[in-house]
Amino acid sequence: MSSIEIKKSYEEINDRIKKGKAVVVTAEEMPEIVKTEGVKKAFEKVDVVTTGTFGVMCSSGAFLNFGHTKPKIRASKVWLNDVEAYGGIAAVDCYLGATQVKDDDPLNMVHPGSFSYGGGHVIEDLIAGRHVKLKAKSYGTDCYPLKEFEKTVTINDLRNALLYNPRNAYQNYNVAINLSKKMKYTYMGILKPDMGNITYSSAGQLSPLLNDPYYWTIGTGTKIFLGGAAGAVTWHGTQHSPDSMRDENGMVREGAGTIAVCGDMKEMNTEYIRGASLTGYGTSLMVGIGIPIPILNEDLAFFTGLSDRDIKAQLIDYGIDYPEGNPVSLKEVTYAELKSGYVEFRGRNIPASPLSSYPKARKIANVLREWIENGFTVGVPQIQAPTIPYVKNR
Amino acid sequence: MKSINVLLIFKKEIMYKPIIYRIAKDFDIIFNVLEAKILPKLEGRIILELRGTDKQLDTTISYFREEGVEVQTLAEMIKRDDKKCVHCGACTAVCRVDALVINRSTMEVEFHPDKCVACGLCRQACPVNAMSGTAIDREI
Repeated sequence: MSSIEIKKSYEEINDRIKKGKAVVVTAEEMPEIVKTEGVKKAFEKVDVVTTGTFGVMCSSGAFLNFGHTKPKIRASKVWLNDVEAYGGIAAVDCYLGATQVKDDDPLNMVHPGSFSYGGGHVIEDLIAGRHVKLKAKSYGTDCYPLKEFEKTVTINDLRNALLYNPRNAYQNYNVAINLSKKMKYTYMGILKPDMGNITYSSAGQLSPLLNDPYYWTIGTGTKIFLGGAAGAVTWHGTQHSPDSMRDENGMVREGAGTIAVCGDMKEMNTEYIRGASLTGYGTSLMVGIGIPIPILNEDLAFFTGLSDRDIKAQLIDYGIDYPEGNPVSLKEVTYAELKSGYVEFRGRNIPASPLSSYPKARKIANVLREWIENGFTVGVPQIQAPTIPYVKNR
Repeated sequence: MKSINVLLIFKKEIMYKPIIYRIAKDFDIIFNVLEAKILPKLEGRIILELRGTDKQLDTTISYFREEGVEVQTLAEMIKRDDKKCVHCGACTAVCRVDALVINRSTMEVEFHPDKCVACGLCRQACPVNAMSGTAIDREI
């Protein structure tokens, strides 16, 4: 656990949650409370701030166990709706990655490819309860003689279906523009040539890790909203980078922290998790995540009280710089500017559009608030994500 | 006063005939050229925004058809499946006529079919396949 000053303990907060007395607000409402009442009063008043995000999150996938067949198979290759899942785990376990495309997909042979079906879509189909064609191949052993298996299944036929995403909920992210002369089809959406448009992908003030920028309350064991069900943070995510650029408040100014998350797909709902096709790029998964931030001290009240105006990100050229591996910041912009719909750059007013759904993020934060008001307690992180010391500047 | 966007297809037999000028002169229609593509001696395609009363618009469209022009109302060509849309906003990046716009207070994506010119870019941009229908450059 973190070594930060705790003025209101987890036990105290959870006690109030259990009694139905906790004061819970969303990260969209908190800035107003802090503005009118000040950090100290906001800390005293609010027990938990709920956050939310819903966007395309690569580095997502599912561990599936399809149960033993009769006769038994030791599957070494597995497909679901012709999308290959990695079978080298155990006899009937596999890992289905969100960005794996269907076998025989034409990919980018005619650019830009449409990538209409992949791992993310299989995950959505399973969660929706739709039928999925399962196929497995093996070389056969004495104890597992079957060499081929094919069956149409739904999620109910699977023994386990665990969503396990190694890197989700990126704390802040690049803002994309295209300085080249050609249309670019990227994971940041379609970017028109000659700075035709700008795209961004963060819920800003509602985004989970932007509300606890030093990961004091988010670590292994934190209970979260994941795809409509209760899930957990299992570790810090891949590419987690606490020492990224920060501003005078201590808020990150570029992509920084990430989390690995896990949850039971059988409990999830396709309203909060969807397969995604990114033209010219590939397939992925849109994931809905909400994290409750317990307001343990005034610093957390301060951070959850920051709004889109206070959160900055870097504008990067996805036409030439990023693909070549030389991403440099062209400009720093705030989420308030981005959400206004236009960003001024090089003397032009360039339209800016999001890729992550703010309405869904808001909805998730509100659903999570209702959960907590109905007794969903805050998890105490057992292992903290790597962080850096906080130097208070206010 | 009403406004509609139409795609007009002029087959080669009529493509060099002066037709459009009459809609202003005889029917008092205000028109605006949104897009045009001319394949010499083969076919001409033009997307027009037409403004006028219901009666003026009806007369104009009948006139086009009498002259042998193929007319398609664009508002009916692209559709959004509201059950699939997640309001991410990716389509608003490519929509050049503001048929898909974000309502800044709710941050939800609004679809105004009357402004659509059926370019089809929203179908490419949408990650969840919520937009469907015929686009200008294809399938016609």
